[in-house]
Amino acid sequence: MAEMAHEHAAHAHAAPTGFVRKYIFSLDHKVIGIQYWLLALAAVLVGMALSVLMRLHLVWPQAKMGWLETIFPAGAAGGVMTPELYLSLMTMHGTIMVFFVLTTAPQSGFGNYVLPIQIGAADMAFPVLNMLSFWVTFVGFVVMIAAFFVQGGAPLSGWTGYPPLSALADAGPGQAAGQTLWIVSLAIFAVGALLGALNFITTTLDLRAKGLSLMRMPLTCWTWFITAILGLLAFAVLLAAGILLLMDRTAGTSFFVPGGLILNDKIVNHSGGSPLLWQHLFWFFGHPEVYIAILPGMGVVSQVLSTFSRKPIFGYRAMVYAIIGIAVLGFGVWGHHMFISGMSPYSSMAFSVLTMAIGVPSAIKTFNWIGTLWGGKIRFASPMLYAIGFVSLFVTGGLSGMFLGQPSVDLFFHDTYFVVGHFHMIMGVASIFGMFAGTAYWFPKMFGRMMHEGLGRLHFWLTFLGVYAIFGPMHYLGLTGHLRRYSELSGFKFLSQNEPLHLFMTVAALITVGAQLIFFVNVFWSMFKGRKASENPWESTTLEWTVPSPPPHDNFGGKVPVVNYGPYEYSVPGAPRDYVMQTDPEGIRTGH
Amino acid sequence: MAFLTAAVLWLVAAALAIPFFTRTWWLPEAISEHARTVDGQFMLTLVVTGIIFILAQLALGWAVFRYGGDRSGPAHYSHGNNTMELAWTTATAILFIGLTVMGGSVWAKVHFQGAAPGAMQIEMTGQQFAWNVRYPGPDGKFGALDLKQINDQGGNPLGVDSKDPAGKDDITVPTMPVVVGREVELTLRTKDVTHAFFVPELRLKQDTVPGLALKIHFTAEKKGRYELACAELCGLGHYKMRSYLEVMDQAEFDKWMQEKLAEKQQQ
Repeated sequence: MAEMAHEHAAHAHAAPTGFVRKYIFSLDHKVIGIQYWLLALAAVLVGMALSVLMRLHLVWPQAKMGWLETIFPAGAAGGVMTPELYLSLMTMHGTIMVFFVLTTAPQSGFGNYVLPIQIGAADMAFPVLNMLSFWVTFVGFVVMIAAFFVQGGAPLSGWTGYPPLSALADAGPGQAAGQTLWIVSLAIFAVGALLGALNFITTTLDLRAKGLSLMRMPLTCWTWFITAILGLLAFAVLLAAGILLLMDRTAGTSFFVPGGLILNDKIVNHSGGSPLLWQHLFWFFGHPEVYIAILPGMGVVSQVLSTFSRKPIFGYRAMVYAIIGIAVLGFGVWGHHMFISGMSPYSSMAFSVLTMAIGVPSAIKTFNWIGTLWGGKIRFASPMLYAIGFVSLFVTGGLSGMFLGQPSVDLFFHDTYFVVGHFHMIMGVASIFGMFAGTAYWFPKMFGRMMHEGLGRLHFWLTFLGVYAIFGPMHYLGLTGHLRRYSELSGFKFLSQNEPLHLFMTVAALITVGAQLIFFVNVFWSMFKGRKASENPWESTTLEWTVPSPPPHDNFGGKVPVVNYGPYEYSVPGAPRDYVMQTDPEGIRTGH
Repeated sequence: MAFLTAAVLWLVAAALAIPFFTRTWWLPEAISEHARTVDGQFMLTLVVTGIIFILAQLALGWAVFRYGGDRSGPAHYSHGNNTMELAWTTATAILFIGLTVMGGSVWAKVHFQGAAPGAMQIEMTGQQFAWNVRYPGPDGKFGALDLKQINDQGGNPLGVDSKDPAGKDDITVPTMPVVVGREVELTLRTKDVTHAFFVPELRLKQDTVPGLALKIHFTAEKKGRYELACAELCGLGHYKMRSYLEVMDQAEFDKWMQEKLAEKQQQ
């Protein structure tokens, strides 16, 4: 059955010749993967620019920036940023980064490009659906950006969009058309994510090559597969919540708005809804979303650490169980975002235990990564540097979660910069280091050329030091009780005392963002001028390294690969080379 | 490369950890028993996570240093070690779950039990972008509220019903005077969107949820004027939604209350 499906997919569509069908409305998973990846690159530029503006405003709230008025005539009249513009930049920064970068590149980008090749398939199971998911996501991005340019500007209710702030158009500038577009964009994005998730699950289950049992899949495939399941369950809930919120705003319903509210001296015409309902629905999506962002990065890092240590991954089965454990527990911890929300204090205890429990599989992964390095013969190419950086950041960002997972301690740290530092370290920067590792590792396969190694290393060092300099101090801020989402610090003594630390972070952010230029130059220069890449430049073992760089339209040139080995057979005693490809002929004695 | 990478990994970890030892930036003063208990749980968590942090970063750097140099011979061929997997899984499970169980009692004290009978009743209501603090006055009873009577300019921001006798002596002010050493039962409400009550020195934070009246309780043990901030994003003026917790002795408090009642009589 699986083989029949595979045969079918291999011949489902011939290589197109026209530009539009080849590069724009392409059905080829490789083109779609690169499209997602480019969309994430565009989105990360926007998201980074917004963060720079926020950092500048926090340190110099009265600074005059004439050009800012050109972009935001209302929000920056006279060139000075208003508090409401700051909040809308913050909202859009979070939303764009979480959805269009962290969800888009690691899963939809690399997953689309690499998963079918790694399992020996010619394409995804549903190529047309695949094309649709990308273009739906693209439309979602356009709608999101449009929110900047409507009357009132972008919404200011944060990426979490808590009602009633997000439900009532009179609650502030940006809460009218801007907030509506924001919700519509998220709903569109959720549809794209659901279509993608279906495709990933089906592809993984049905299109694997002969001999590629689940327990022989590279850990990257495991993370894309499990992430797709998370996406299917989580985005369905976000979609529903978004539609309900939209109806509260436009159709006169009251799912999230209770009665008896007064806004701008007027009685709000709603009754019977619950703001907590939104928080439950949002975080039921929102916490698994954290794992949607980071699991694929964990897969890439496992792959890279094993390859560049020239050693099998330490504890493959434990890694797989840890991925599954994280996913299952990940659906039972959303309440830790709501310890101060007024939810029952008894349920806080349950959420707390589950939250701390999820630290266990995360710790298993960390131990296994270090175990993989231990006894290895490490090659320091840039993908490896990013992967090592990921482990450092993951440890740091994971451990700060131990404070926030306990309701008693969270009472103090909730809504402070401690939280901002925590999730930027782990969900933001660690995931992004996973993307850097993925880019550096698969770039030769994707574009047939190597990235510049010197630029790669320079970018790694500057970025690694930079992100610690930006997000490390946020934990110190949190210790002083420093609240997040404050556009100015001057109104409170306990906030303004930290202005020097903010200045340090802003300078670090400017340098780090500047250093990203190196990455972009490296990517686009190497695409055209980089050294030609061989089929298997890293001497890796998985299936994508058995085909030319870049691979032909149907990946395997009409041949059907047969898998004989596990994914990480490095330094096998008695083998002819220090790596055994998964498709090497049988006869080598391996332990897996 | 191996040495450089390991050195940077260690230096970065050390740089991040050092301020936790020097306490250059630290928790604000704790002014209640609850705050001190939270600090205790925080310190316990800091010690546990601090040890794991240092060991993990040391091990990572060491592996990179030791196995990244010009080693002769092949890498060690191994698929792992089940005994080790079992050992570190059990150890982290006990450590992490143990921590949360210990923290549970701190949480239970403030959230499972209500205030003791006789606690001072105060009600705090958030609105974009101000706090209204209401005292029941000498009768000890809050007057009923009527949405239609809300009048920010006319001095009735909460809409205390003019027809309810219990509301005649209600005092509504922008800051929160309390008596040192006396327990306060605070009822948190909001007129519009979600806000949050936060006094860093009390280590207490609680959302004010539209449609709900949530109760928390605390006993401030040190006189002083402490900043009270809104901790939940509530709109463009979120950054200036400030009030003060004013902890005074009984005599000062009584005097203040008499003045407020007299002002109210004159109106």
